[in-house]
Amino acid sequence: MQLVTASKRSEILLTALFWLSGIVIVLVLAGIIGYVIIKGFSAISLDFILQAPSRAGRLGGISTTIVGTVYLTVLSLLIAVPIGVGSAIYLEEYALSGSKFARLVNLTAETLAGIPSIVFGLFGFVFFVIFLGLGWSILSGSLTMAIMILPTITRTSQEAILAAPHEYRENSLALGASRWQTIYKVILPSALPGIVTGIILSIGRAVGETAAIILTAGSSLGMPLSPADPARTMSVHLYIMAMEGISTERAFGTAFLIVVLIIIINFLANLTLNRLSRAMR
Amino acid sequence: MESVTLTSDNMKMRTLGLEVFYQDFQALHGVSMEIKANHVTALIGPSGCGKSTFLRTLNRLNELIEGTTIQGQVYLDDLSIYEKEVDVVALRKRVGMVFQKPSVFPMSVYENVAYGPRIHGIKDKSKLDEIVEKSLRDANLWEEMGSRLNSPAARMSGGQQQRLVIARVLAVGPEVILMDEPASALDPISTSKLEELIAELKKNYTIVIVTHNMQQAARVSDYTGFFLNGHLIEFNRTKELFVNPANQKTEDYITGRFG
Repeated sequence: MQLVTASKRSEILLTALFWLSGIVIVLVLAGIIGYVIIKGFSAISLDFILQAPSRAGRLGGISTTIVGTVYLTVLSLLIAVPIGVGSAIYLEEYALSGSKFARLVNLTAETLAGIPSIVFGLFGFVFFVIFLGLGWSILSGSLTMAIMILPTITRTSQEAILAAPHEYRENSLALGASRWQTIYKVILPSALPGIVTGIILSIGRAVGETAAIILTAGSSLGMPLSPADPARTMSVHLYIMAMEGISTERAFGTAFLIVVLIIIINFLANLTLNRLSRAMR
Repeated sequence: MESVTLTSDNMKMRTLGLEVFYQDFQALHGVSMEIKANHVTALIGPSGCGKSTFLRTLNRLNELIEGTTIQGQVYLDDLSIYEKEVDVVALRKRVGMVFQKPSVFPMSVYENVAYGPRIHGIKDKSKLDEIVEKSLRDANLWEEMGSRLNSPAARMSGGQQQRLVIARVLAVGPEVILMDEPASALDPISTSKLEELIAELKKNYTIVIVTHNMQQAARVSDYTGFFLNGHLIEFNRTKELFVNPANQKTEDYITGRFG
């Protein structure tokens, strides 16, 4: 009798604790976003979004940094997604399980995921900017960023491919399909939601990165046109606005737009995902 | 093997001294069997007896498992299917397979059935339409799904999904259909629909079916092979084998003394 009450009491206590942790998470998130919205909202106007910055960002808007952010993110995805998904397909579908090369690739991906971004930045600076002579440019930044997000894309794609039912493979092969036809027509479509999740995570990382970007893409406020142009991303702009005391208000305005951009990207990604999975299921 | 010699005319597939090894484990010991065209051959036996392994050697699906070695001969008509120059894709086109768990692909009903023909190079839309309709009709699914070709296949019931899988196999135009416990995941009504379908299909196809269910083997098949520990213990006309088993082990199994 005593025992039952004791375990029941601890049950209630633990439930309350878990509940509390949930509340803390929600409050912290709501607090940060709310703060950014309140502080940033006053800086936001159509001009702030559409005009180029002038006088080192004291005046004008942040249009060039929005373009820089999107440019750099898209280009790094264009580089990293084919390689990441490709190596995931190789590891899950072609490499013999436990082969030395497969283990090496896996280990490399894991290690890459744990390296701090500033180290990638330094590498990108020395290798792409100086050694290859690409200079501070969207291209140097995207290549560096691609290396940074590659492990995430490979890992999530691997898991998504692994999660595709084994029966799909057997059935497809038994119908006379080749291995590649099976992957392309059945496995990849069913793994697509997982792969897109990896891409969303990578976008978040690319949009938020500062240190590695400053070292490889520079912090020029001009409008980037070709991939050889230097650029400043929104996160870098935010950092410089705040760090050099140019304008806290404008830093918050930029932060606000970063949050909005991320929300829009997530929303669009989820929308596409739902469309895709509704067509399949 | 103790059984009467069957007449060898009208033979669709034949195995001779078939041995299968998974690494060191020998799954089949010298199995020789004759599979008659336009008849249903059932393979029965307790779990792990080698009946599924045997089935999968008939369209070389065992090769997908690493470390499998196969000795002996398997013939499809006059073709020895384990010869080096045999095209596995062409073989699997002729010998289709239906698995235990109905596994529809994550696409529409139409796309599921058109999957095989598309892979084998048919692009013409009207030709595909024709194949899809005929396959669904032959699988007794046209009545139910003919008006819902574009809905996702995964929304169908288990029994419908299994018949869709059969339609998908039919669409490739096979001569032999292998079925690995096709009814084990189905309810009794779906099972009886499937058994009706098998009876119709044998007019045009040769069917080999693995089943756990002895009543089912007795109902649907013309010939039955009983496997135990990787050996084909007895192979005979189904009626003979169930009414008058030649081997004591067969009798023990079909009377439910083990397995």
